[in-house]
Amino acid sequence: MTGPAGSLPLSTGRGSREATAIVYQELLNPHHAQTYTGRAYWGLFPFAALFVPVLTAGLFVAWEAVVHLTGLTRTTGEFWSVARPLLLGLGWVHVILIFITIFSMYAVWMERKVSAHMQCRTGPMEVGRIQGSIFLWKRFNFRLWPKSWSPHGWLQTLADGLKLMAKEDLIPKDADRWIFILAPIVAFTGVFISFLVIPFHGVLSSFIPADLDTGVFFFAAVTSIEAIGVIMAGWASNNKWALFGAMRAATQVVSYELPIGLAFLTAVVAAGSLRVSDIVAAQGPDYGMLAWFVFRSPFLLLAFVIYFISSLAECKRAPFDLPEAESELISGFHTEYSSMRFSIFFLAEYAAMYVVAAFAAVLFLGGWWTGIAPVDHFLADAAKSDGLLPRLAAVGIGVFAVVGKSMILVFFQMAARWTYPRARLDQVMYLCLKVFLPFGLLTLVGGTAWELWLEGGWPKALLG
Amino acid sequence: MSDTAFAAVFYLFAALSVVPAIMIFVGRDVVHGAFWLLGTLAGFAGLYLMLGADFLGFTQILVYIGGILVLLLFGVMLTQRTPVLLGRTRAARAIPAGIATVALGLFLAKKLIGAPGMSRLSESLKVKGATEPGATRELGSLLLTDYILPFEIASVVLLAALVGAAYVARRGSGENP
Repeated sequence: MTGPAGSLPLSTGRGSREATAIVYQELLNPHHAQTYTGRAYWGLFPFAALFVPVLTAGLFVAWEAVVHLTGLTRTTGEFWSVARPLLLGLGWVHVILIFITIFSMYAVWMERKVSAHMQCRTGPMEVGRIQGSIFLWKRFNFRLWPKSWSPHGWLQTLADGLKLMAKEDLIPKDADRWIFILAPIVAFTGVFISFLVIPFHGVLSSFIPADLDTGVFFFAAVTSIEAIGVIMAGWASNNKWALFGAMRAATQVVSYELPIGLAFLTAVVAAGSLRVSDIVAAQGPDYGMLAWFVFRSPFLLLAFVIYFISSLAECKRAPFDLPEAESELISGFHTEYSSMRFSIFFLAEYAAMYVVAAFAAVLFLGGWWTGIAPVDHFLADAAKSDGLLPRLAAVGIGVFAVVGKSMILVFFQMAARWTYPRARLDQVMYLCLKVFLPFGLLTLVGGTAWELWLEGGWPKALLG
Repeated sequence: MSDTAFAAVFYLFAALSVVPAIMIFVGRDVVHGAFWLLGTLAGFAGLYLMLGADFLGFTQILVYIGGILVLLLFGVMLTQRTPVLLGRTRAARAIPAGIATVALGLFLAKKLIGAPGMSRLSESLKVKGATEPGATRELGSLLLTDYILPFEIASVVLLAALVGAAYVARRGSGENP
């Protein structure tokens, strides 16, 4: 019989509570041996397939970037009116993919270093050692860097990634093969398409893959697709730990959408728009940091705190990492995954970390505004000027502000992971339904009242 | 978007919503059916987006894929671990079922083929005004002005359902009501 756990004796005629008890008994049966099929080095193929589109789309994106920076008029015509959106879409896909890859590589490294330093260890130190140096002044033995220098294990993740790619691609024999294969793809897609509304900067024009009318709503909608990938993985693995992990993920992710939605709504009410670029535009350039939404009202500050903590639960990070709790569930929903399939789950997790951090930065921390009033005014002016240099500088500052703020939030996500012990499932649900939900409603009502009372925010009302 | 591109995208989404729907009732595994539903729901969301109804499309994703489908899968997995195989329909039932299906299919085909605009797909799909930017803003202001009463009634009904669900699910409701 194909399909997971075909041998379980379970009639369909029982009451649901009784049936649940039997499911748990059967799942905890220790005689559940698993056999595997696999091929070595298969993990390399999906990776190799990426290169051709990367090269073609990369050239077009480079050209569009030149147009974007210099303000050249675009070529027009029948062919380009159809081809540009297609090529641009393909190009954005690759920009995001490359960004996710590089970000995940260094986020994993950063996570290991942060955890190490928080525990008085050094973490990876050796990989990427540079032997030999360049002399600046041979007579005084003055070198550009030490003779044998290891920049804190900066290539550790690359080595790990190569190892993962070269590993055997194992699939449990009794697994539901197609769902098992599709699961990491669905999980990654869910995170990947939420990048559509994440701006890299918005100084000259909105440099967002798609500046949708309903950007915030879109983000809230697509973040839940990842949960389906996790459920698919857990169900198809034919493994009790994986199934438990998937169930926990489903419970947690669906519940935490509510406080996240309420926190979003509070920011949306303050900006009066669901469009991401409008929300950022409402947070500057006057009054510097005081214009950021976190400082706009106590309710928005509370909404930011609720969103940040809920987003940890949404992307299954500690202290809410119940779906993969290593000490109880081996590694939860991806217990049976290995090789490249496992690393795609990993990529999805780290991409989700960046996405939620970037969205918090955009909604509450002023997006591409730096928070320093003169610099913000320079950004606003550079958009109108024709000079290449101010435009280039403005784009640089904008990208730095968005990515920098997001990275600071990612650091706090990591610090939280290595500080707090894992919560129990009932504690996680208690926090969501009995703490965040009422307080989320309070922020929405209070934030709306605040906006009606102080139209345009308190800096404008107080400072003129 | 040119007409050919529009038609190509339309047929892509149409296939995405129809093929999994067929697979749901051809297949015999309940959990597989639930996973196929993902394709159907996503295809419908894509069709809504194509028509310029982004709010409706994203609501489809949020409510059906993110909420209902996850809960459905959760329920199926929690109650039945073995693949639940649906029994084959017996031959005696197949004959009336087949007659009904063919009759319904003919009826729908007649209606659809006669409908205006079937030959000019893209024109019939482009709803006037819906594709213009700011449709969501319009929708919001209409909901809070002209349609405030139905909107509020719907929210009260949903609240009543929520309170009822909480009452039914509360601890020990079976023993001492």
